[in-house]
Amino acid sequence: MKAAVIVSPGSNCDRDIQVALRQSAKVEPIMHWHQDPDLPAVDLIVLPGGFSYGDYLRAGAMAAHSSVIREVVVRANKGVPVMGICNGFQILTECGLLPGVLMRNAQLKFICRDVDLRVEATDTVFTRSYLNQQIIRIPVAHNEGNYFADNDTLNRLDSENRVAFRYCTPKGEVNAVANPNGAARNIAGILNETRNVLGMMPHPERLADNALGGTDGRPMFDCLVQALSAVA
Amino acid sequence: MRFAPVCAKQLVMKARVHITLKNGVLDPQGKAIENALSGLGFSNIADVRQGKYIELALAQTDAATARVSVEEMCEKLLANTTIENYEIDIDG
Repeated sequence: MKAAVIVSPGSNCDRDIQVALRQSAKVEPIMHWHQDPDLPAVDLIVLPGGFSYGDYLRAGAMAAHSSVIREVVVRANKGVPVMGICNGFQILTECGLLPGVLMRNAQLKFICRDVDLRVEATDTVFTRSYLNQQIIRIPVAHNEGNYFADNDTLNRLDSENRVAFRYCTPKGEVNAVANPNGAARNIAGILNETRNVLGMMPHPERLADNALGGTDGRPMFDCLVQALSAVA
Repeated sequence: MRFAPVCAKQLVMKARVHITLKNGVLDPQGKAIENALSGLGFSNIADVRQGKYIELALAQTDAATARVSVEEMCEKLLANTTIENYEIDIDG
């Protein structure tokens, strides 16, 4: 499987993704600097977390209009799997690949801690090694993770089973207590219509190795490698 | 040699863009400002909404054309119309 990690000025989770992909795929991902021309043909594109372009104007807004992201949009529309984590999710909403927007956390604090997530959609290349309704625990680290969309969009996401993850209690209850940032309907991650684009605020790459204290994030990378190696 | 042309003032139009959160969109920063103002003893506040102000100098002379192009800038980048409204003022 060939994967590319898009590195923008201010990305800071790109190396974590690199390590997680290397570990699962046994192949080095391509670290693609935003100004490099010609994004190579790859089976997977990852937009990592961080503060691309210093979060100027709005988180993800500047990166969303960079030439490399315009190319990512073209690839995504052709069916290439694209995964945006944290700032990557913000970029995916700003560039229009995913609906809605990530607003400032409701309590105005940067949140950095482990959260429980309920896996809501397992019919994707990103999530198919989880069980439906499985509860996993991985960290969030963000200031703008408060997912917002109008009611029609939220209803559509629900009816099309496009919510991939919801914040929940350790027992799996989706309620206000388990919602770290005020996200609408406890949404932590969503899919596009064709289910080849995933945006999520939590960081699976930060718990993908025992040395980091847990491996709940690792199945995402393992199953991507499995699914996409078969394609290539 | 580089220097400003004599007629620079006539060529530059100023566009002022106010970006505000749509009604109904939660504004936690506005709430925090409201609380801080209350803490300072201002007891007459009914609500606070915060937003952004962007000033553009345009090398243009026609106000109508300028407005069209600033509207496009707002739609494409300056505002996120999922949650924000924008207002444009242009003066020559």
